[in-house]
Amino acid sequence: MDQISSQAAAQAAATPGTVATPAAGLEPAAPAAAVSGDGQAEVLLDARNLKKYFPIYGGILRRVVGQVYAVDDVSLQIYRGETFGLVGESGCGKTTFGRTVIRLEKATAGSVSLDGQDVLALNDRDLRRMRRRMQIIFQDPYGSLNPRMPVSDIIGEGLLAQADAENQWGKRSVRDKRVGDYLEAVGLRREYSRRYPHEFSGGQRQRIGIARALALDPEFVVCDEPVSALDVSIQSQILNVLSELRREFHLTLLFIAHNLSVVQYFCQRVGVMYLGTLVEVASVEQLYATPRHPYTVALLSAIPLPDPRIRKKRLVLKGDVPSPANPPSGCRFHTRCWLYEKLGRPENCVTVEPALRDVGGGQQAACHYAEYVNPSAVQEATAAQDAVATAAAD
Amino acid sequence: MDQRSSLTPPPALEEIEAAVGSTDYEVSLVSLNQWQLAWRRFKRHRLAVFGSILFLTICAIAVIGPFIIPFDFYTIPEPLKFCVGSTVLRAASGCPPSINHILGTTGGLQRDLLTLVVNGARLSLTIGIGASATAAILGTIVGGVAGYFGGWLDNILMRIVDVMLSLPLLFVILVVAKFLGGGNWFVVMLVFAVFGWQGIARLVRSLFLSLRSEVFVDAARAVGVNDRRIIFRHILPNAVSPIIVAMTLSVASVIVGEAFVSFLGFGVDITQPTWGNILSNSLSFIPLGNWWWPLFPGLAIVFTVLGINFMGDGLRDALDPRSRD
Repeated sequence: MDQISSQAAAQAAATPGTVATPAAGLEPAAPAAAVSGDGQAEVLLDARNLKKYFPIYGGILRRVVGQVYAVDDVSLQIYRGETFGLVGESGCGKTTFGRTVIRLEKATAGSVSLDGQDVLALNDRDLRRMRRRMQIIFQDPYGSLNPRMPVSDIIGEGLLAQADAENQWGKRSVRDKRVGDYLEAVGLRREYSRRYPHEFSGGQRQRIGIARALALDPEFVVCDEPVSALDVSIQSQILNVLSELRREFHLTLLFIAHNLSVVQYFCQRVGVMYLGTLVEVASVEQLYATPRHPYTVALLSAIPLPDPRIRKKRLVLKGDVPSPANPPSGCRFHTRCWLYEKLGRPENCVTVEPALRDVGGGQQAACHYAEYVNPSAVQEATAAQDAVATAAAD
Repeated sequence: MDQRSSLTPPPALEEIEAAVGSTDYEVSLVSLNQWQLAWRRFKRHRLAVFGSILFLTICAIAVIGPFIIPFDFYTIPEPLKFCVGSTVLRAASGCPPSINHILGTTGGLQRDLLTLVVNGARLSLTIGIGASATAAILGTIVGGVAGYFGGWLDNILMRIVDVMLSLPLLFVILVVAKFLGGGNWFVVMLVFAVFGWQGIARLVRSLFLSLRSEVFVDAARAVGVNDRRIIFRHILPNAVSPIIVAMTLSVASVIVGEAFVSFLGFGVDITQPTWGNILSNSLSFIPLGNWWWPLFPGLAIVFTVLGINFMGDGLRDALDPRSRD
């Protein structure tokens, strides 16, 4: 694995002219995940009933007075070789989910297994070994590199921590070679290893972050909004690099994003989160063609069009996201749900929390009335909302 | 303009890329690390450079001065009967600055003041730097442990700091220095160290608390780096600048504090000269018209403290990662 054909990556990187939409220049994601011989996709990451609550301290004694339900009972399977997109508004818990899965946060409850091994139960020594197989690329290219360390140490440090008799990463020469290889793999020059982070641009820094994660040769990588802090023109470069590398290293990615058009081009399956819960899971094609959760519909309706002349009728959600410290009863989305209003406020939306259930074709949605979500219903809701808006304007 | 562009057509993008090497156009000529950048900023701070030169000169005098000046500290000279250019008997009140004794002589034993001030510099600076460095190390350890590990350990350590900060410091130092030290400079230095680390501990704790949650620390943890390396390679190097600044400024305050304690007669005794006890001894001779005895050790303190403060100010600006040049 030491030999990296950096040609492809360098090629992907060398597209400074690509502006326009972030996904421009990307080929659509391959339709199917890696499927083993008998046609059955193999689960690599299996999160079950994962919960992460953050305590809220208050009073002079700093007692726990409440909890933020950042991730509340999320179950999710990611298949080997696929790129799973996780989308949702800011604060919906998608980043916390990603961090908890690789044990950067301690889970409150639930289980996570990677390739059959229980990640949350590992002791320190086994966890360190496991870290080689699961990595993370961070959102902030500025904060994620230690300003006092040269690039060779930033990337080489993981190798040093994971050194053993087999890989010989404890040796400086072996490590330096590998650092150089991975710098080239992400489209940077080997010689940059002597430099310090402040000498690089945001896009270059993000490449260093990618090299750091991939140098350990992981199978599973959490990409925590890896492009959202970058200029649009740089976003496509970084996505291209990631796209090349995931093919070359057969990576399985959890791609956390809030940009739906990026997800559409980059992922095979998508999960939608709202207030700490997973409300819909579907393949990209299904999700964008036939969303089955009212929240997903609203989210898709908010995608900006690249053409300013087109006026799009949007389905705008009323109100703000409720506090994750005190989520609404029943379906967490009912306070803002257009379908709830349209169906005449059915009682079970307020009393019964809907579970994620199959709604056909492998698509899952957590809505009691997922079957009522269809294009004509959406159109009606948008029209009704328009009428209200017009009336209010008058 | 038109003509020029027609003479040399602009190279195609591909050519530029081929020349520069695929992706990167930003190639800086020299690669500087954070310390080199800080040094560059420091050099531009004129007052700081002046302060450093002043302070380093005083340090140099303290180190090599006693070997150069003509009088030995431990040999007490023959008392002078007459001062230069005077026929009045002035043995009791000492002689003003003259060719032989350029800072004058003390009253009583008529010792050369230059010898005293130069020898005093050694102890004053040693106590100031030694106590500050020890305090900085103690404070960094305590603050680092409290900030990194948090929890009950943090609570206990910070309550100890609170208690120590609420003591009337000067009074405690006076008592402890007198009864434990008996005038020994090393004990005085330790007393200042033991009662001087609390501020730095608080500073370091807050630095560790905020650095602990930096993304690059998460990143290190994600690749399997252990706590020890995270503390020493990630957190401490990023906390060092404010610690250096705080330590530098505390050197000045320890020098003043030591002078004050010795002046009151509770610090280092006269067999070991410091600027403070030289000042203290001059007290009874001021009414006899001996102005030079208190003046010169006083000036030595003023210039040292001034130099250190200018230097600390410059260091603060130079080491601040937010200041860009």
